[in-house]
Amino acid sequence: MTDTIAAIATALSPSGIGIIRISGDEAFEVANRIFKAKSGKSILEMSSHTVHYGHIYDEKEIIDEVMVLLMKAPNSFTMEDTVEIDCHGGVYVMNRILQTVLKNGARLSEPGEFTKRAFLNGRIDLTKAEAIMDLIQSKNEAARKNSMTHLKGDLYRKIKALREDIIYEIAFIESALDDPEHISLDGFHERLFEKSLNIIAVIEKLLNSADNGRLIKEGINTVIVGKPNAGKSSFLNLLLGEDRAIVTDIAGTTRDTLEESVYLNGMTLNLIDTAGIRETEDVVEKIGVNKAKEALEKADLMVYIVDSSVSLDKSDREIIALLDMSKTIILLNKSDLDVVVSEEDIKKITGETADFLTISAKEKEGLEAFTILIKEKFFSGQISFDDEVTISSLRQKEALSSALHSMKMVQQSLEDDMPEDFYSIDLMNAYACLGEIIGEEVGEDLVNEIFSKFCMGK
Amino acid sequence: MPEARIKTDICVVGAGHAGCEAALACARLGFDTTIFTVSVESIALMPCNPNIGGTSKGHLVRELDALGGEMGKNIDKTFIQSKMLNVSKGPAVHSLRAQADKADYTRSMRQVLENQENLTIKQGEVCEILTEEGADGKPVVCGVRIFTGTIYECKAVILCTGTYLKARCLCGESITYTGPNGLQAANHLTESLEKLGVKLRRFKTGTPARMDKRSLDFSKMEEQVGDEKIIPFSFSTNPADIQREQVSCYLTYTNEKTHEIIRGNLDRSPIYAGIIEGTGPRYCPSIEDKVVKFADKERHQVFIEPEGLYTNEMYVGGMSSSLPEDVQIAMYRTVPGMENCRIVRNAYAIEYDCLESGELTPSLEIKNVGNLFSAGQFNGSSGYEEAAAQGLIAGINACQMLKGKEPLILDRSEAYIGVLIDDLVTKDNREPYRMMTSRAEYRLLLRQDNADLRLRKFGHQVGLISDEQYNHVLEKEEQIAAEVARLKETKIGGNKEVQAFLEAHGSAALRTAASLAELICRPELDYDVLAEIDKDRQPLSEEVIEQVLINIKYEGYIERQLRQVEQFKKTEKRRIPADIDYDDISSLRLEARQKLKMFKPISIGQASRISGVSPADVSVLLIYLEQMNRKN
Repeated sequence: MTDTIAAIATALSPSGIGIIRISGDEAFEVANRIFKAKSGKSILEMSSHTVHYGHIYDEKEIIDEVMVLLMKAPNSFTMEDTVEIDCHGGVYVMNRILQTVLKNGARLSEPGEFTKRAFLNGRIDLTKAEAIMDLIQSKNEAARKNSMTHLKGDLYRKIKALREDIIYEIAFIESALDDPEHISLDGFHERLFEKSLNIIAVIEKLLNSADNGRLIKEGINTVIVGKPNAGKSSFLNLLLGEDRAIVTDIAGTTRDTLEESVYLNGMTLNLIDTAGIRETEDVVEKIGVNKAKEALEKADLMVYIVDSSVSLDKSDREIIALLDMSKTIILLNKSDLDVVVSEEDIKKITGETADFLTISAKEKEGLEAFTILIKEKFFSGQISFDDEVTISSLRQKEALSSALHSMKMVQQSLEDDMPEDFYSIDLMNAYACLGEIIGEEVGEDLVNEIFSKFCMGK
Repeated sequence: MPEARIKTDICVVGAGHAGCEAALACARLGFDTTIFTVSVESIALMPCNPNIGGTSKGHLVRELDALGGEMGKNIDKTFIQSKMLNVSKGPAVHSLRAQADKADYTRSMRQVLENQENLTIKQGEVCEILTEEGADGKPVVCGVRIFTGTIYECKAVILCTGTYLKARCLCGESITYTGPNGLQAANHLTESLEKLGVKLRRFKTGTPARMDKRSLDFSKMEEQVGDEKIIPFSFSTNPADIQREQVSCYLTYTNEKTHEIIRGNLDRSPIYAGIIEGTGPRYCPSIEDKVVKFADKERHQVFIEPEGLYTNEMYVGGMSSSLPEDVQIAMYRTVPGMENCRIVRNAYAIEYDCLESGELTPSLEIKNVGNLFSAGQFNGSSGYEEAAAQGLIAGINACQMLKGKEPLILDRSEAYIGVLIDDLVTKDNREPYRMMTSRAEYRLLLRQDNADLRLRKFGHQVGLISDEQYNHVLEKEEQIAAEVARLKETKIGGNKEVQAFLEAHGSAALRTAASLAELICRPELDYDVLAEIDKDRQPLSEEVIEQVLINIKYEGYIERQLRQVEQFKKTEKRRIPADIDYDDISSLRLEARQKLKMFKPISIGQASRISGVSPADVSVLLIYLEQMNRKN
């Protein structure tokens, strides 16, 4: 039995089409869990080397409309059961699909792993062996370097600190198990419960901030809101101006969530529900408050456009109530007209600070300031863009999620009143997962910790 | 000069715990075996702590017993106190420990050796390993020469030299060139091994003082009694036969005064003064070490354990030391109950030659010399149990080799013995290696209670376990499986009788039918209690019920570990040919290549555990092996 791996097979840069490849014994099962064919047939009933049209679901939510290509072993590149999902090439969509695949039983492939499997299974001829070995080594080296440079600083220190916390607790348990007459576990349950709560809180925070990394590579999910005629449409046109490429344009498909991506000085904005804005000028009105909420939930950035030449009214209050001000940039549009709305007026409603910017979409003024503001808001002025970093960051996120899962298992064991030796199983998993993120192995860490922190017998 | 020549099949060098097991296994497997010892009185000597077992070590003894070893049986005959440790914790970490009557233990083991068919005991120091050139140019063992010049011609040698090789004992400023307990050291073999290209290094260990019982005041200490119900080590011992009277141990503590004396005299400790070069074990720190490293600890525990029924000597656990005698006396006398203590034997440290990392194969054969096996402290381990476990495996594998059969190699998912040997073979240990339960990643499966279920089959395969013993295990296995299935399948409906029963035991009423297995998992119910509503139950032995309950209660965790084991086994099965040329694989990183050349792993799994070998290196190795495979 081989485990099932998945990866984005096409370059993770904006392009018209993207391919997510799944390979391994459970490739069909994994795909079947997330794909609903238009025909209603299950993937498990379909024959090899056929293509099927349908949708990818993350639980109940449709992520994309796709074509799925099935290849039964041994007639595939890896000579294993393989599924390829052809989806829309937006960075956001590709990553969403990959994450859904990972959530449903596949694991992220190691660098070069598809090629490695292809070779080990006899697909690639002998003369390529050297090249494959070099490729694996160099890809790993690159990934390692990348994650290292990426991890210097705060995140690295935080993960280190978490690991130190965890290994200390494991070492304590293990010392007590090893030397029960010298070290007592009285009162340990309570302490570990507290400790694990803290650790979980930190990991959850890191997972959120891991999204900061995601923003760089996958783009910032952006929702534009505002009353009718506030100028959303002209602002959109300003963003999509001819000098900037429209990355994906899939408006007009049957999906109810639409996505357009724009490049803005090295950053990608994924504009959600732009169709709504185009057609009716009022997203809230058109798709209803619930839909708007849904769109806002996914948003990293909310752009609220206010017509500064018209007084604020009830619908402005309604919109403001939906916004998370920490994620919002308020654009005071129509600065070219007589201004009757000031920052102060809005602050009175929001009751908190937000980022304000005065623009004139019509006169194409304010885009530069808007770009700078986003940079500051999300990246403190530092941005780099690199495919390899994306992959490693997804890997890191996966590892972080596993660590979180393990810590929750620890809590479960505590709640179930399991004996102490069971806690160390999941604590050790969490420790190992966190180690993956910063490229550190477990090795002799535990034994070293035991002897350095606890005074053992005899 | 004429020399006596004696023919034998296998020579075992050393009659400590490793040597005894090795020799007994070889003799029992039908080979004419000679065991050498510097002193017949020191057979199965316990020169350090007076107990067998303890956490994880108890596991080793049970595994050894399941495979057909002697240690478990011998301690069952000679213990004077027995205790199951960690009973409040999970079943995986329950560990049996017994205090031995040391003299009785030694005498009893000697008797077993003396009466073993095919086995000859010979007092004498082995000075030289004799070899001839093998087919591949590698030296192959053909005999040993002892100090008198007599040559024993043989087909295999098992080295179990313990701490005797060039042993040096240190007690403060006084240094003697002797083995443990003042016994004669073995000073010649090192040279012979080095000539054969076997790399050695120096390790250090130590033992605390022994006191005269009459000089101690136990009223100032806490009494530590044995278990009421004694559980035997050996699966062959009938528990009813060993419910004997037990003696107590005592617990007392050091205090600030003790620590002051130690701190004031550190410059006179040979370790702190830099006289000892050997690496000491971190898990057996001397009291000086504890005081220095854990300066904020106000007190350290001291366990006073009897050395036997017919001696007044008491072992002072927790206070091993290499300080000079005057300091030792002063520091011991600060401990409550030890104010007037008289030391019978001083604490001392011992240095000895042992095998360098990377010299051993997983079958416990030394890589550069054919038919030369080794076990125990010579391999860089510590502890009686670790030694005995290796001794048995080395003995079995010497026999397997002479029979032309595959060696017995237990992996990490099968036994603590597997973990022990794998660690000795793949790790670059810098101190004597001690077993710990935390070293076993699949410890939930490697319990002391199921050692027979795990390992009897291997003992049976090699010929140390009889058909009858093996059939007993098979039967037990069937009973466990059947009862687990029955408990899972038997559904209990929420009828009046059942609800009343549940209420009476403070357990929630049933809303839908539940299986007996589900009910057993409720903390307020257990197997015995459920008898009332479990009408079809057949009487089963206690040991079967124990296994059934563990299987049901910890099913989720056990299944998780089983899945991990499945993954583990895959890489373990991918063998690396012995003649692989790592220099031919240019994509390997330099560090990985050096480590692989040093340890010569037998499988991909083992390669992946060597520190300095990354997952990418393992991938490269896999591709290379496939490439080789296809070329052939």
